[in-house]
Amino acid sequence: MDEIDRNIINSLQDGFPLTPTPFADAAKALGIEEDDLIRRLQALRADNVLTRFGPLYNAEAMGGGLTLAAMAVPEDRFEKVAEIVNTFPEVAHNYAREHALNMWFVVATERPEEVAEVLEAISAGTGLEVYDMPKQEEFSLSLRFEA
Amino acid sequence: MMDEIDRQIVLATQEGLPLMSHPYAQIGQRIGISEAEVITRMTRMQDGGIIRRIGAVPNHYALGYRFNGMTVWNVPDEKASALGRVVGALGFVSHCYLRPRHLPDWPYNLFAMVHGRDRETALRHAGAIAELLGSDCLGHEVLFSSRLLKKTGLRIAG
Repeated sequence: MDEIDRNIINSLQDGFPLTPTPFADAAKALGIEEDDLIRRLQALRADNVLTRFGPLYNAEAMGGGLTLAAMAVPEDRFEKVAEIVNTFPEVAHNYAREHALNMWFVVATERPEEVAEVLEAISAGTGLEVYDMPKQEEFSLSLRFEA
Repeated sequence: MMDEIDRQIVLATQEGLPLMSHPYAQIGQRIGISEAEVITRMTRMQDGGIIRRIGAVPNHYALGYRFNGMTVWNVPDEKASALGRVVGALGFVSHCYLRPRHLPDWPYNLFAMVHGRDRETALRHAGAIAELLGSDCLGHEVLFSSRLLKKTGLRIAG
């Protein structure tokens, strides 16, 4: 990753043009060629420096459901349980954390009532209690990371 | 509200934009509408908050932010909203939420994510929150992530 890559990551976290040739327009602002920008984004994706490049959808604004859930998973079953949880397409991300509650995942569904169904299915599939922690209030959401 | 065509756009873009010269034309071709309509509809979804933003979603581990600490706090319910606003306004807090307790196992109701390239930085941020909360902090923990098990982002089924 060089200075240009860092520039790309930092500036393209703030938005991307909705124009017919957005890469050309974004490249111009970065002072590089369109081809170069596309090639670099492909490489950053391939190396998983970027997990995605595109729109970030808001589940609740789409009328869907969203929650954070946690489980206390016995260490010797951790990989197997992670596999089961990750199989659900509604699980948007999943983190191992250092705590008695050692698995934390976000569930996003198309309809709000599906959240409970997914959590029940995960509980049934793993035999573990699932702690449902939906947000009650949100104060800040700045998802920016300086490269 | 979203209609079926918006939904098709979500399905076609939720894993990412095609990395090519005319990405919106390509999406339109896939779902049978014009480039202009894709752009109009995505602009509307962005203005309406359905699209939070368009752009790069970095893997913060790959950028060296290996220490992401979920700091969790037990604060008095009647003060929780006001305290959440104060904590959420801190520059180093990326997300801040109120969530339900699960007593007796889980007494925490305020969540604030902090990030650092080393553990000390993340812990220093947690210390700053503790100081700010003062006697309203009835207990807290910092849960460091040890591994990213999955990160695909939001998906709706096709």
